[in-house]
Amino acid sequence: MALLEIKNLHARVAAPGGKDILKGVNLTIDRGQVHAIMGKNGSGKSTLSQVLAGREAYEVTEGSVTYDGKDLLDLSAEERAREGIFLAFQYPVEIPGVSTDYFLKAAVNASRKHHNLPELDAVQFIKLIKEKMTLLKMDPSFMKRAINEGFSGGEKKRNEIFQMAVCNPTLALMDETDSGLDIDALKIVSHGANSLRTPERAILLVTHYQRLLNYIQPDFVHVMIDGRIVKTGDKNLALELEERGYDWVEQETALTV
Amino acid sequence: MTQLAADRIIHPTFVPHLAKEPALGNHSWLDQLRATALARFELTGYPTRKQEEWRFTNVDAIARTRYSPAESSHNAQAIEAAMRFGFGDEALTELVFINGHYTPQLSRLGELPRGVIVAPVAESFHRPEVQANLARHADVQLNPFVAMNTGLISDGVYIHLPRNAAPAGPIHLLFVSIPTDQPTMTHPRVLVVAEENAQATIVETYAGEAAGETGGTGVYLTNAVTEIVQAPHSRIDHCKMQQELHTANHIASMNVHLGHDARFVSHSINTGGLLTRNEVGVVLAGEHADATLNGLVLMDGSRHCDNHTLLDHAAANCPSHELYKHVLADKSTGVFKGKILVRKDSQKTDSKQTSKVLLLSDEARMDSMPALEIYADDVKCTHGSTTGPVDEEQVFYLRSRGIALEAARHLMTYAFAADITRRIKVAPVRARIENFMAAQHGLPLDLRISELGGHDEGVVNA
Repeated sequence: MALLEIKNLHARVAAPGGKDILKGVNLTIDRGQVHAIMGKNGSGKSTLSQVLAGREAYEVTEGSVTYDGKDLLDLSAEERAREGIFLAFQYPVEIPGVSTDYFLKAAVNASRKHHNLPELDAVQFIKLIKEKMTLLKMDPSFMKRAINEGFSGGEKKRNEIFQMAVCNPTLALMDETDSGLDIDALKIVSHGANSLRTPERAILLVTHYQRLLNYIQPDFVHVMIDGRIVKTGDKNLALELEERGYDWVEQETALTV
Repeated sequence: MTQLAADRIIHPTFVPHLAKEPALGNHSWLDQLRATALARFELTGYPTRKQEEWRFTNVDAIARTRYSPAESSHNAQAIEAAMRFGFGDEALTELVFINGHYTPQLSRLGELPRGVIVAPVAESFHRPEVQANLARHADVQLNPFVAMNTGLISDGVYIHLPRNAAPAGPIHLLFVSIPTDQPTMTHPRVLVVAEENAQATIVETYAGEAAGETGGTGVYLTNAVTEIVQAPHSRIDHCKMQQELHTANHIASMNVHLGHDARFVSHSINTGGLLTRNEVGVVLAGEHADATLNGLVLMDGSRHCDNHTLLDHAAANCPSHELYKHVLADKSTGVFKGKILVRKDSQKTDSKQTSKVLLLSDEARMDSMPALEIYADDVKCTHGSTTGPVDEEQVFYLRSRGIALEAARHLMTYAFAADITRRIKVAPVRARIENFMAAQHGLPLDLRISELGGHDEGVVNA
């Protein structure tokens, strides 16, 4: 059974007269796989990752999403997180007044409680995060800081991958994690993401550029245009897109429609 | 005449009430002071919403109520209240007032440094410093409630800090009201005189204890006035906790006078009361005086809280900082008016005012009004005001990590308030706010402000 099965997914902005963004997405992801979705700005690729994470700013109007045998669209954002879906945000949110360690401990324990596991105490939690902080080369002082407050763009992205490593997801959604990263940060972040590459897990990367895919090599590359996946290939498709742009895919699609 | 009577409501029971006040010894200056203040109140009556300063706060319900003076008590209920609201060993000195009356059985004077006086004001009228300072800073002409309090002065606290004195722990003044089946009122009065280079931490708590099985309407009025007079280089850290019953009206004025290089830090925490009005006025009268006014208001139901503050920069080179935060749930209402007055010669004034409001319901309402009046030309004055609901982007971020919707909203609210509470140095005050919020918002008990991060701008260092 596939880990994630998206069938004919339609979604629009949840507001009166909201714009249609996803117009029939079909995608199947198995455990152990890394998928990349590429596309121009406004193609709907970030919306797809947010819809999968349960963001209520979007309304699903048609189609289905099955995750690990469950109807994903029936679950709230927090239930999806506890079931193992993790969204690394394109624009991580600053939350003044809430420290990263308090927040992460609450998150980890919410998930453990959901799975009838004993909650981690302070000592066990510190042990868990120390290991992940080393992985992402993070300064320990960072845990006492308010979530993302005053962080640089690169620090915020690194924080997302750090949280991802701590939360130990089954399906990791990485939404343009590479944007705004310099090459060193990109290497650290990719190393963190690659460490999560196991036969039990799957990763869905949303990206604009091929560069990230040099570091996290995908099994499948999908091209999204106007709310639909129009072409699927292997990592060579990403290279071709980098070289030739998206226009040729658009033309090819126009011919087949 | 009839027109005047309609405009200026003075309840007929008011004047006979005065006659019942106990004699306060033979002090002609005090008799004079009270008579003048009372005459002023009789002239003005209670304020109405036609007056600019009372535009958003309607005290008609107070004006219409027949309050009688509250009786002293030290029964089991009083003892329990004193235990519950008291700081125990965490206070150096704790003076307890039940229904406005000093209750020595429940108070503890502690070990005060030589020359430091913490005493009932009723036993202090013979002191020249009291005569010299009482009612010199809280102006009976400006506020009818101050006039009423002054006209009825009978009990409260006098604190005298001699030169260089620095008591080692907080001085806690606890005013507990235990209402009966008749509406009652109290008029607590506090006077603090700090001599040169003295310093102290002073906490005023105003709390209500429900009358329990014996019944009682729960209706009462606390009308408090505090005056703080600081000589050069002195420092006062002041906290006020307003935890009145939700059936009570709480009106308070605090006036502070700062000499040069004196520093005053105030935290005003309001969680109780049906109707609350706090006026805080600070005169920065000497150069390099420094004032911080912070406030936290947590209201729900249909309760109302109004904070009027005035920072009067009457000397050059003075900084002042002000941060008020309101959390308004249900149909509660808040008012913040922050006036900064910079007089003509007060050059190099550096004043920053911020008001932040979190609205937890569509029906809650806030009126926030900065008022800058600047007559000097070389000053830095900033003010900012934000009002809005919990940020849904932030809530989604927390939920996307597995934190439940309600918990995420509570956490955001808690963090919003913690921005004030973490600045407070008095541990029992912080603990009370945490407990209140935990109960109000059903927060996990292990959530403590110390666990919450954030930058430390404006945090006062010891």
